[in-house]
Amino acid sequence: MSLRIVVTVKYVPDATGDRHFADDLTLDRDDVDGLLSELDEYAVEQALQIAEDADGAEVTVLTVGPEDAKDALRKALSMGADKAVHVEDDDLHGTDIIGTSLVLAKAIEKAGYDLVISGMASTDGTAGVVPALLAERLGVPQVTLLSEVSVDGSTVKGRRDGDAATEQLEASLPAVVSVTDQSGEARYPSFKGIMAAKKKPVQSWDLSDLEIDAEEVGLAGAWTAVESAAERPARTAGTIVKDEGEGGKQLAEFLASQKFI
Amino acid sequence: MAEVLVYVDHVDGAVRKPTLELLTLARRIGDPVAVALGNGAADTASTLAEHGAVKVLTADAAEFADYLVVPKVDALQAAFGQVSPAAVLVPSSAEGKEIAARLAVRVGSGIVTDAIDLEAGDGGPVATQSVFAAAYTTKSRITRGTPVITVKPNSAPVEPAPAAGTVEELAVTFCEGATGTKVVARTPRESTGRPELTEAAIVVSGGRGVNGAENFAIIEALADSLGAAVGASRAAVDAGWYPHSNQVGQTGKSVSPQLYIASGISGAIQHRAGMQTSKTIVAVNKDAEAPIFDLVDYGIVGDLFQVVPQLTEAIKARKG
Ligand SMILES: Cc1cc2nc3c(=O)[nH]c(=O)nc-3n(C[C@H](O)[C@H](O)[C@H](O)COP(=O)(O)OP(=O)(O)OC[C@H]3O[C@@H](n4cnc5c(N)ncnc54)[C@H](O)[C@@H]3O)c2cc1C
Ligand SMILES: Cc1cc2nc3c(=O)[nH]c(=O)nc-3n(C[C@H](O)[C@H](O)[C@H](O)COP(=O)(O)OP(=O)(O)OC[C@H]3O[C@@H](n4cnc5c(N)ncnc54)[C@H](O)[C@@H]3O)c2cc1C
Repeated sequence: MSLRIVVTVKYVPDATGDRHFADDLTLDRDDVDGLLSELDEYAVEQALQIAEDADGAEVTVLTVGPEDAKDALRKALSMGADKAVHVEDDDLHGTDIIGTSLVLAKAIEKAGYDLVISGMASTDGTAGVVPALLAERLGVPQVTLLSEVSVDGSTVKGRRDGDAATEQLEASLPAVVSVTDQSGEARYPSFKGIMAAKKKPVQSWDLSDLEIDAEEVGLAGAWTAVESAAERPARTAGTIVKDEGEGGKQLAEFLASQKFI
Repeated sequence: MAEVLVYVDHVDGAVRKPTLELLTLARRIGDPVAVALGNGAADTASTLAEHGAVKVLTADAAEFADYLVVPKVDALQAAFGQVSPAAVLVPSSAEGKEIAARLAVRVGSGIVTDAIDLEAGDGGPVATQSVFAAAYTTKSRITRGTPVITVKPNSAPVEPAPAAGTVEELAVTFCEGATGTKVVARTPRESTGRPELTEAAIVVSGGRGVNGAENFAIIEALADSLGAAVGASRAAVDAGWYPHSNQVGQTGKSVSPQLYIASGISGAIQHRAGMQTSKTIVAVNKDAEAPIFDLVDYGIVGDLFQVVPQLTEAIKARKG
């Protein structure tokens, strides 16, 4: 039996560029370059490692996003994933967390899976809840926020470093996993990988393929509404001094003037 | 007045500060009903009552400790069914967000995560979020179902407001999937005696410039002179100089203290994402061009090995 792994990957605006809101208070995608969310590279990496260790495995990368989101899929394919699914539909514009999890869950079911691997959070919305929602919707165990993950037969094991404790977790497949950036450096695509990716299949599905009504998603179907978005005022320029030997003492004076000491 | 469910974050009965902040926010939109689960749940009641809980629903069962997240979702859902609240507030910890999201989908509600403020509005509570590494401030509403909102630490003052705090046992039926993810071992984090990173009024952080695990003693000494928590950049964590649980930034903790002191940290966007909302920012960096200086209220261009120990001594001298 071959292990079917689906990796969810998000196409996000480059965090090092200027990110903006458009007039409808959704993400402005025109003004800024997009890419595969860096935190999802860790998910792709773990999927590839699990696949390498398994006896026959297939890694499918899945994104829900606009046309350009194909770039994120290509990157994941060039890292070594086998095939890709792109869910693309004009009616998806402005979908919220709940809607996104619905679309992803339906697409994962349609693709067929034993293991879903997600990033710990996207680098734009940064909610970090989609993996838990996928587990809820698919009705399978969630094994999330793992800094270490392995699959042993039909069991997935991992380490979750929480606020209060480190936990060793275990669940039976099928399951949803999310991995942190502590899970291991993601590989760079090789030239061979980049060339091979061009020939790998990318399937496109729209809402009707997933039997989802347009009213359930998009800006109109969102269960949350952004009412305003204001750019944070630039911080007023602070005092910057060069240390001439008394820097520590000067800093102490500043802290005292602000009543911190 | 409408009731508002507040999920309680506690360790063996000791309520953590973010929950007390949630009670302050909850009172703006209704009467707080607290839900405390697991070992020591009943012991939380007096503290919760002092801070405005009209009722405390408690439940303890082995499932809460032995299996991940889902048993707690089942319990919160039971409380939801019992109270029919006007809103549900949950602390924005990693686990809190997962619990809140699963509840939202179960009860057919939208969710806002990582709110930094909350006010009553005509169409239900309005949540403020700080997004894109704190470059934007947004205000959002939940338009479908009962608002489920997770709130970041340090988002509201802790204000005592004594209320009845009647304790009631919550009856929980676990769903079939509750035992899906087994916790086979748990190693509690050792206490350093320093304040909790996300709750501290002052955070002192070190980065790659600290140049070695042993040199973090300099950062710790400064922190101790101020009663502060210690943070680290990912570069310092990846180098193995400080534990990941102390990482500040996008993939670490997000902090918003009164004072943040960064030493030997350049100020990459992912680091800024976790500290940019600090009230006062101070940096020590030997590179005058480091991007962290764009954020600071006070910056010293200099060698941290000179500046930081001198600062620590000066603070100690002032405090006598
Ligand atoms: C600044 C900002 C704030 C937002 N706040 C809210 C909010 O409070 N409430 C709300 O309902 N919506 C919100 N949204 C919308 C929300 O971000 C998107 O609907 C999103 O696709 C799901 O949430 P996330 O990106 O935060 O995902 P996370 O939960 O952070 O993502 C975790 C993982 O899920 C997977 N994943 C997430 N989205 C996709 C995708 N489209 N395709 C493939 N895989 C994916 C990835 O593996 C990712 O690593 C916000 C969006 C932005 C840009
Ligand atoms: C997806 C993703 C998530 C990330 N998440 C995080 C995160 O959560 N937190 C985080 O911090 N980073 C995160 N990063 C990493 C981030 O991009 C930076 O690499 C990191 O913050 C750099 O750490 P640093 O400032 O300590 O090191 P550097 O950028 O190397 O800066 C070191 C600084 O120390 C100064 N210095 C050196 N010696 C001295 C001295 N003797 N005295 C004074 N100054 C000195 C230097 O001038 C320099 O400015 C993330 C990256 C990615 C891609």
